[in-house]
Amino acid sequence: MKRHLVLGFAFTLLGGGAFAAEDMKMAVTTSFHNSGLAEVLLPEIKADLDLDVHLLVVGTGQAIRLGEAGDVDAILVHSRAAEEGFVATGYGTHRREIMYNDFIFVGPADDPAAIGTALSATAALRRIAETEAVFVSRGDDSGTHKKEQSLWSNTGLDPEEFGDWYRAVGAGMGAALNTAVGLNGYILSDRASWLNFGNKGDMALAYAGDPVLFNQYAYLPVNPDRHAHVKHDLAEQLEQWLVSDRAKALIDGYQINGEALFVFNADAEAEAEAAPAQ
Amino acid sequence: MDTLWGGLTKAFWLVVTRDSDLLEIALRSLQVTGIALAIASVIALPLAAFLAVRRFRYRRTVIALLNALMGLPPVVVGLIVYLLLSRSGPLGVLGLLFTPTAMVIAQVIIIVPLIASIAHQSIRDLWQEYHDLLISMNVTQGQKIRTLLWDCRRALLTASLAGFGRAIGEVGAIMIVGGNIDHATRVLTTAIALETGKGDFALALALGFVLIALAILINLAIHVLSRTEREGRW
Repeated sequence: MKRHLVLGFAFTLLGGGAFAAEDMKMAVTTSFHNSGLAEVLLPEIKADLDLDVHLLVVGTGQAIRLGEAGDVDAILVHSRAAEEGFVATGYGTHRREIMYNDFIFVGPADDPAAIGTALSATAALRRIAETEAVFVSRGDDSGTHKKEQSLWSNTGLDPEEFGDWYRAVGAGMGAALNTAVGLNGYILSDRASWLNFGNKGDMALAYAGDPVLFNQYAYLPVNPDRHAHVKHDLAEQLEQWLVSDRAKALIDGYQINGEALFVFNADAEAEAEAAPAQ
Repeated sequence: MDTLWGGLTKAFWLVVTRDSDLLEIALRSLQVTGIALAIASVIALPLAAFLAVRRFRYRRTVIALLNALMGLPPVVVGLIVYLLLSRSGPLGVLGLLFTPTAMVIAQVIIIVPLIASIAHQSIRDLWQEYHDLLISMNVTQGQKIRTLLWDCRRALLTASLAGFGRAIGEVGAIMIVGGNIDHATRVLTTAIALETGKGDFALALALGFVLIALAILINLAIHVLSRTEREGRW
């Protein structure tokens, strides 16, 4: 008995150390990962490229920090201003648009602020502010949070001055959705995370459709000139795969409850011209 | 209540069907915490005995510091280890960030003060009993430490198990330095945080129950191995 236990423990300590031939690290946003698309794409990438993509699921703010520090080989995020800053400061080689989905407002099913009939996202937010219905903000410098801030600035209102009804939780998409469900409040979410969310409670989609809610995801390899150790060749291989017809079919075909989540919009031609012929 | 029950049944099925993902992350949890515990014990137990037998100027300060560090916030440890191991940090060239090794380092830092503090209490009490005897036998400092460690082994086991408990249930630090990467650094606690974020409370709870069961099993196994809590045996 004793010997078996000791042996079992020894195997536990020794085991699990297997490493794949090639792997790279990519920081992605929580909203991308919570959508479930990663679980579809990663096995296909492994099959096609023999490449293990290790995902670090963080907010866009942290993803960019990880890229700047050289701790990941590429990032896949959705906050255009921050992405352009990442390339402009030389941390990223370039920015490649891959796909988009959209942001939606989720709220209590009885819609106390009546944002369902609002004519624009700005009007919807104004109604929430007027009725002082509970609103949960990500508050974590993520792409979704930055989007929310830009929408508030369109209304001319300043979230800093809001009362108790405005709750900045400082958490990822899923945790913030859990909070919103608990408080029965409104929240800005990307469509994919909401559809895939398991704890919807009495909440429902309250407002969607304004073009300003468009949510573009882009892929940015980390610049090897800044960090010589990054696996730039693997990051480029992955980029070629992400803009291929194969990725297009998988991304466009990904559905939850019969609803398509992402629209592929990478421009394969543009890169072919920019990159030197091989 | 439904979710609690759902979590229990899900945990049962995950274990019965030997879910391969569950097996992988549970083994990784054990592996990381097991190695961290071994390293931490090797550092903390002799340190505790040394602090008991040796009188030096800042001894009280060191002991107070160890006691205070028992409450070290894991998130802060994680952040510091992250900054040290980051490619832009002083130890970046080692490339250890987002590996199980980084998680082991963070856990060692978290549990060394805990194990050392608890062990020190017990060894100090025993030292009061042994003091005159060992002094009269004119043994060396090393012999004193070895004697105390051996005769105190049962209390030291408790100290180590407390460290094990803190390490295996820890999530804040290893989330930052490990990154919760699927098939690389995902362990039970980070998987629970992930599933909670997805709103899949049943699966998160199921993993939680597995974690609790694992901790109980390990504690029982160690008691069986060391034959403590039995009549007539130390």
